[in-house]
Amino acid sequence: MAEVRFSKITKKYGDNVILNGIDVEIKDHEFVVMVGPSGCGKTTLLRMLAGLEEITSGDIHIDEVLVNNMHPSKRQIAMVFQDYALYPHMTVEENMSFALRLMKRPKSEITARVHEAASILQLTKLLKRMPKQLSGGQRQRVAIGRAIVRKPKVFLFDEPLSNLDAKLREEMRVEIAKLYQRLNATILYVTHDQVEAMTLAGRIVVMNQGVVQQVGTPIEVYRKPDNLFVAGFIGSPTMNFLHGKIAAEENALVFKNESLSLRVPEFLLPGGASNAGREVVLGVRPDDVLVGADARENASERIDGILEVSELLGHRENLYIKAGENRILATVEAFFNQSPGSKVPVRFNYPNMHVFDKKTEQRINK
Amino acid sequence: MVSPRKENQIDMDKETQRFRRKKFIKYLLIHAVIIGCAVVCVYPLLRIFSISIRPGDRVISTDLSLIPDGAGFAAYLRLLKDTMFLRWLWNSLLITVATSFIGVSLASTAAYAFSRFRFPGKKAGLILLLSTQMIPAGMLILPLFLMIMKLGLMNTYLGMIIAYSVSSLPFSIWILKGYYDTIPRSLEEAALVDGTSQVGAFWRIILPLSTPALSIAFLFNFTTAWNEYLVARVVLFSAKQYTWTLGLFELQGQFITQWGMFAAGSMLVTVPVLAVFLYSSKWLVSGLTLGSVKG
Repeated sequence: MAEVRFSKITKKYGDNVILNGIDVEIKDHEFVVMVGPSGCGKTTLLRMLAGLEEITSGDIHIDEVLVNNMHPSKRQIAMVFQDYALYPHMTVEENMSFALRLMKRPKSEITARVHEAASILQLTKLLKRMPKQLSGGQRQRVAIGRAIVRKPKVFLFDEPLSNLDAKLREEMRVEIAKLYQRLNATILYVTHDQVEAMTLAGRIVVMNQGVVQQVGTPIEVYRKPDNLFVAGFIGSPTMNFLHGKIAAEENALVFKNESLSLRVPEFLLPGGASNAGREVVLGVRPDDVLVGADARENASERIDGILEVSELLGHRENLYIKAGENRILATVEAFFNQSPGSKVPVRFNYPNMHVFDKKTEQRINK
Repeated sequence: MVSPRKENQIDMDKETQRFRRKKFIKYLLIHAVIIGCAVVCVYPLLRIFSISIRPGDRVISTDLSLIPDGAGFAAYLRLLKDTMFLRWLWNSLLITVATSFIGVSLASTAAYAFSRFRFPGKKAGLILLLSTQMIPAGMLILPLFLMIMKLGLMNTYLGMIIAYSVSSLPFSIWILKGYYDTIPRSLEEAALVDGTSQVGAFWRIILPLSTPALSIAFLFNFTTAWNEYLVARVVLFSAKQYTWTLGLFELQGQFITQWGMFAAGSMLVTVPVLAVFLYSSKWLVSGLTLGSVKG
C-alpha cells in the first residue's frame, strides 16, 4: 500500500478554475473520503490521480514518486467507476482478469486471484455471466472485484454507490467498510453523499468550488466545522443558522436580530467584549435544539416559538418552528404530540453551538 | 330495468369491441401497405428470374407466367461458357472486398479520432465530410479520372480500389462516429487504468463493441462498390479488367441484346451480396453494450 500527496494542484479549463491549490496528504492504509456538492472538483482530482485528467499545475506523488506524467496503468492504482464501466463483451471472469492478462501473468495466478476476489465478493457463481445478466449491485461488486484482483497501491472509488437504490446503497456501504477492514488498503473515495462520508471515512476532505474547506475525522468535521459551508454541508438534517449581531449589555454579550435576543456564553465568543458590534451567524444542529419540557429548565435562555410542521420519521420527529422571523428545525424523540400552530418553548444546547463570522464565514469559537 | 352496474358493464363491453375493431383495421392497413411494398420489390426480381430461364426464342414474349414453357438454365450455361463472366465476377469481388476492408479500416480509425479527441478543425472536418455527400456522384467522375490517371493507375484494380474506398469514406466515418459517441468513455478509461494504451483500448474495447456499426459501414462499402458503374466505365478499358457491371453491358449489342444472358447475369450477381447480407446480419444485433454501465 502507499501514501498519496497532492501538492498545490490546480486545474483550469480556459479561464474556468476547477481546482485551486489543493494540498492533501493521504497516509498509508488510510480511507479518505472526498465529499462536496456536484461540480466542486472532487472527481476531477480523483481522475488526476488516476491519470485520466491532465494537471494544469502542481504535483501528485504516490509513495514519493512523481506521477504527473505517468501512464494510468503504471501508477499501480485501481479505479471503481460511478457507472461500473464493465466491459460488456466479456464475462465477469474476463472482466476481472483483464488487467492481469494484459500484464501477461501466468494462467494459474490469474485464476487464483480472480477466484479469491470472487469469493470475497460472493461472485463465484456469477463468473461465467455477462454484465447484462447481472443486477446493479452485482455489477458494482464485479467492478470492485476488478480492482481487487490487481492488488493496487491505491484504490480509487468514484461515487460507486450513487447509481444504486437506497437499500442496496446501504448494503454496499457496509460491504465496502468490511472490505476495507479486510484489505487494509489505501483508499480515496469520492462522494457527494455525506452519510457515506461520515460512515466510511477515516478522514474526510470537504471540498467546495475547487477549494478544500476542511480536512479531519468525521467527528471533527461534524462537531467543529471550520466554516459555514462545512457546517451546512455535513450533518443531516442541516444545521440551523441564525443571522444577527453581537451587542454588549450589562456585562454580558448578547446575540440580537430582529426578533431574537439571546445571551451568549463567553466560551462561544473568545475575545469577550471586543466582539461587540460584530455580525455573526449562530449555528445549532437540530439535535441540539431542546423543545418543550427540556426547554423549560432555564427561563432566561428560552425562546418562544410556534410549531409550524412536524414530520414523524419513526423513532425521531422533525419539528419546524418559527420564532419571530427565525425558522428553527428541531429533531426530537418521536411523538412530540403538539399540533401545528401551538406554542412551544425552545432552548439551545450552548456547549454544542457554533459561531461563525458573517463576513469571513470562518468559525469563531474554537 | 337495467341496473347501473349492468349498464356500466355493457358500456365497457362496447368500448372493448370498438377498441378491438380499431386495432384490427389498423393492422389490416399496415399489412396491406407492407404487402404492397413487398410485391413492388419482389416482382422485378421474379420477372428477371423468369426471363433468365426462358428458352432463347421467347425472351421478349409478353407471357406473364413465372416459369414459362421449356424453361431451362441454358442462358446461365452460355453466360458462363461463352463470355468472361466469371472473370468479371472475380474482378468485382476482388475490388469490392478490398474496398470494403480498406474503407472500414480507414473510417473506423478516423471516426474514433472525430469521436474522442479534441483538435483544431474537428467541426469543420466533419461538415466538410458531410458536404462531399451532397455532391452528385457524376460530378466527381472527372476529378477522379484525372487523379487516377496522374497516379498511373488507369485500368488497374488498385485505381478502382482507391476511387471506391475514398468515395464511401465520409458516410462510413459519420456512421461510426455516431456509434462511438454512444459508447461510454468510462469503458476506455477503465481499460487505460487496467493497462492498455489508447490504441489498445480502441482495439480491445471499442472495436468489439462497434460490430453493428462496422457491419453497416462494411455493407455500405460492399454494395456501393459492387454495383458501381460510372467510375468503372471511366477507369477500366480492357475487357479482362472489367467488373461485372461493365461486363454485362458487353452483352448489349448495337442491333441485338442478349436478354436471357443479361437476366442470368443479373441473377448471379445478387448471390455474393445476399451472402454478405446474411452473414453480417448476426453482427448487426444492437444492444451489445447493454449492461456495461448503469443505464
